[in-house]
Amino acid sequence: MRRVARGLAVLFGVVVLGLVVFTIWAWRAAIAPIAPPAAASFDAALVAKGQKLADAGYCLTCHTPPKGKPYAGGLPMVTAFGTIYSTNITPDPATGIGNWSLEAFTRALHEGVARDGSHLFPAFPYDHFTKVSDDDVKALYAFMMTRPAVAQTAPANTVPFPLDVRLLQAGWKLLYFKEGRFQPTTQQSAEWNRGAYLAEGLSHCGACHTPRNALGAEKKGADAHLAGAAIDGWFAPALTAANTAPVPWSAAELHDYLRNGGTPYHGVAAGPMSNVVRQGYALLEDADVNAVAAYIASGNGAADRQADVGQIVGDEIARSRYDASQAGDHGASLYTSACAACHYNPTSGPQLARPELGLKSSVSAPDPTNLVQVILHGISVKDGLPGTMMPAFGAGLSDDDVAAIADYLRKSRTSLPPWTDVPGVVAKVRSGKIT
Amino acid sequence: MTTTFTLNGQPMTAAVPDDTPLLWVIRETAHLTGTKFGCGIGMCGACTVHIEGRATRSCITPVSLVDGAAITTIEGLSADNSHPLQKAWVACQVPQCGYCQSGQIMQAAAMLKDIPQPSDADIDGVMSGNLCRCMAYVRIRTAIKIAAVEMHGVVPPAAAASAAAATASAPEVAKHA
Repeated sequence: MRRVARGLAVLFGVVVLGLVVFTIWAWRAAIAPIAPPAAASFDAALVAKGQKLADAGYCLTCHTPPKGKPYAGGLPMVTAFGTIYSTNITPDPATGIGNWSLEAFTRALHEGVARDGSHLFPAFPYDHFTKVSDDDVKALYAFMMTRPAVAQTAPANTVPFPLDVRLLQAGWKLLYFKEGRFQPTTQQSAEWNRGAYLAEGLSHCGACHTPRNALGAEKKGADAHLAGAAIDGWFAPALTAANTAPVPWSAAELHDYLRNGGTPYHGVAAGPMSNVVRQGYALLEDADVNAVAAYIASGNGAADRQADVGQIVGDEIARSRYDASQAGDHGASLYTSACAACHYNPTSGPQLARPELGLKSSVSAPDPTNLVQVILHGISVKDGLPGTMMPAFGAGLSDDDVAAIADYLRKSRTSLPPWTDVPGVVAKVRSGKIT
Repeated sequence: MTTTFTLNGQPMTAAVPDDTPLLWVIRETAHLTGTKFGCGIGMCGACTVHIEGRATRSCITPVSLVDGAAITTIEGLSADNSHPLQKAWVACQVPQCGYCQSGQIMQAAAMLKDIPQPSDADIDGVMSGNLCRCMAYVRIRTAIKIAAVEMHGVVPPAAAASAAAATASAPEVAKHA
């Protein structure tokens, strides 16, 4: 009995000691507030550089809800751990970052710690931003501090106790976060390194395209990196050789997709990818878009695939034709009435604003989520490809009808096995209860 | 919420819920009744209008999706009914009851921009979603071919014969249909 008591006491002592050590280690001091610097105190060229960098990270997208004031925060991000609202990053001293020094701003990007010393949630992708150079952080700071200040506090996060204890985030960092600037690979070209710097850093491609583990960290390892993942009710396709689009994603295709929001061979950006284009890559210097395209293409095997694009495209257009053998197929009938008016291409080739669905990764993807999202909710004129939109068929079609169209496309446009329980996916996407 | 767009070149602000179908705004707010309500589920084409120049079913288009877009209805296709399709429609006496015709013309106008010399298969592929209960399909196809010739000046090989026949004797075409 006495031995058990002694054992418990030792255990208790170890736990307390552990907590003390953890707390000391995890503790971050506040950085002294400053008087908001005057906008005129920043060099105009530095601000302009910062703007391009902010666009490369599409900061605006997460820090602005629909119809909200730019960078004033409040966009809800639904995660498995509760809803997290983006913060106000305008230079308002009370509700934004107006009294953050460059040092505090740099620490937030590089270490995920707010000015007051609290650890940030990794919904803010500091695990990518830690790669951003000090010079670029300085330019970003100049850009943010010269935005119009907006007094606006984001709604409170709904992350439950104890996950909302900021200090515990240090434990997450201990497990999954490695601080450090981007290190160029000397065997690769300057363009490739620039692309890698942007894609892995500011543009945080992996935040959506790399699958996450149970604790919400991006999985490590070459197999997982950019291998495709479910995100925000969509599926971010693989940016690796695992991508299922029939035409290879060459650097030229990636460039056009990122720059314009769509290509005839790969369709149109939609869902969360829309703003990556519209508030990001559409605004960058072409050299940077090319660099990211070159970097991604180098890792997806496009150069090794001896693809005859003309043959692939011709085959897909041929597969898209209605023929008598499809009589009685409910999905084929619905497609002919509801979809073909736009998704029909002449034999001369696919047109940019008439996406040839067999070429889209949404039809060949492992699950039908993206296809179902687009059929149900349509695409706004403000999404991916400027001026091109699609109606929301969810208003008129039942879950079974939508599923019939999806099944028909899968069957007629690919040689892949059918998806399972498509009506179930439709119901889930329609309810919005999908993360 | 309010949605702002241009309708036949005129600026328009609709103070309606975001999920209001565009067709409702066109007919009930702007009082442009050339665009028709057919099935309400995007399956018949009667409500087709142009959004940024592309034919779109307005009955299932939530107005929020067209914020900032330029929209054209049958009333705005031409100032004086002089669009080649409108002229061909008259020449061929295409309509019977007429209910689906504004949708047919808007769909065909968009098609001729993308596919200037459509084959019969192209016309069937693009126009199959525009239903006509009067079965005026043969005259519709003929009128499209006539308009294609006027717009692009080249006679599609397969269309030459039927288009010539149609211009020569439109009533006869009507009889066959």
